[in-house]
Order: sequence, then structure tokens, then C-alpha cells
Amino acid sequence: MALNRDFIGRAFPPSEPYEVSRVKIREFADAIGDRNPIYRDPEAAKAAGHPDVIAPPTFPIVVSLGSSALADPGLGLNYAMVVHGEQRFEHVRPMRPGDVVTCTSTITEIKSIGNNEKLVVETDIKTVDGELVCKSYNTIVERGA
Amino acid sequence: MTAQVKYDDVEVGTEIPAQTYQIDRMNLVMYAGASGDFNPIHWRENFARKVGLPDVIAHGMYTMAQGGRFVTDWVGDPGAVLDYGVRFSAPVVVPDEGGAALEISGKVEQKLDDNRVVVALTARSSEQKVLTRAKAVVRLA
Repeated sequence: MALNRDFIGRAFPPSEPYEVSRVKIREFADAIGDRNPIYRDPEAAKAAGHPDVIAPPTFPIVVSLGSSALADPGLGLNYAMVVHGEQRFEHVRPMRPGDVVTCTSTITEIKSIGNNEKLVVETDIKTVDGELVCKSYNTIVERGA
Repeated sequence: MTAQVKYDDVEVGTEIPAQTYQIDRMNLVMYAGASGDFNPIHWRENFARKVGLPDVIAHGMYTMAQGGRFVTDWVGDPGAVLDYGVRFSAPVVVPDEGGAALEISGKVEQKLDDNRVVVALTARSSEQKVLTRAKAVVRLA
């Protein structure tokens, strides 16, 4: 089904603040099978020059997934037919425990590719103090029936 | 940040040895829980088939995370990854029996200023390229 083109350029209000924790970072690192001590052990992280453990480079998806941008029924997205097309993270710095962040998302592109619909969401992940930590570029594809 | 690989020690074309990652349904269940992405195409076979997929498929982000792990294992410090992007060109199909094997290799594609390099990744599963345009910008020592 064609997505609503009126949503191109639409910016969504910031998400609820999300507090990054050591436990969540470790859970995520365990789930991706990555045993790097810099995700778990504050001393190892300090030895590598970080103030505390850091999150893996793809961890920001945990924060940005909850974005409300795609949930608006007016967009017409059939979530069951959605696959991830592309993803990119630009890191200003690694995420760390204690970061309280919000996501501000904008739909930058919607277009048809054959029977599929492609949609791009750009998300700024900022601390509540306004520090940009990461920019996420998320392309999803709704497969045509 | 202290990457363990030195900028001066790599050249354009320097290869990062291939690694194979075994993916089991259990990994996808754990990833669903950790990431919050509970789309049933990643854990319920009859649902995946009903929406036209050959079987359960891995979260694209799980596959991307393995590419990230490949890069961070090479560079040492995950904080050295400044930019990481991929295109998901084919799904990683994860059968209940035997799971899937994901093979990732990498190459230094470009040397930038400020000790940064571009690493290009290749990721294959079942003879298919599952990631394309997979590139990470990392800052070396």
C-alpha cells in the first residue's frame, strides 16, 4: 500500500528521555555475542580512555527504535511487511551509562521502488542537555503484497 | 580512545582476516529482547512464511552488529568507530536446525586525515551477499 506522501519532511516531537545503563549495554553486548570488556568492565573502559563502559556502535538502535515516527496510523505502514533496508550511525561520541537521551526524528524521504515503498527516517539522538551523541539514518522498506 | 591498530601500519588494501559467525534462533530471541524489536519474522517460522519469507530471518541489525563486532575486534576500542553504515541486500535465513553461518571480511578502502580510515566490509550467508555498501570509518592509533 502506498505510504502517505504528506509525511515527507514531517518532524516528530522528541521521544521520552531514555537513560542508558550499564545493565542494558551488557545485555545488548551479550545478545550480539560480543565479549569486549570495554562494554562491561569500567576499568577496561578507563584503560581505553573512556570515563565508563561504552555501548557498541549499533546500540543506538535500542533508543531510536522506540521513535513514534512510524507508529502514526496516518502514514499507512503495514509493519508485518517491513524489512530494514539500510542503516547508518554517525557517532559524535560513544553512548555511556548515565546518558539521558531523546530522539528527534524526521521522515526525509518516501518513494516507490517497484512494488515496494522505501522510507528514510533521520534521527538525532541528543542528551537532555542538548549534546548530540549520534545521528541515525534508518531506511525501511515495506514490501508490496 | 586507544585503538590498537596503528594508522601508519595500514595501507589502502590492507585486509582484515575473515571471521565466521554462527547464528542460531536463540541469538535472535536474545537480540529481540535486548533491542526491543519483537517482529515475529525473527522468531516465529509460520509467521515468517505467511508473509512470504523462506523461513525465520535474522534482524538486519543483528547482522549489522556482527559487522560492527568484526570491526571493533580488529581495532580494539569500539569507541574508535565514528561512522558505520550498511545496506541490507538479502536476509540471513536462520533455520531451526543448524542455524546460519555469517562470513565477514574487511579491507581498508581509504585513508583519511586525522588517523581515520574507511573499512569496507563484505558479509555473506548461504552464498549470498547479505550486506552491501557496508563501511565503517574508524580512528586508528
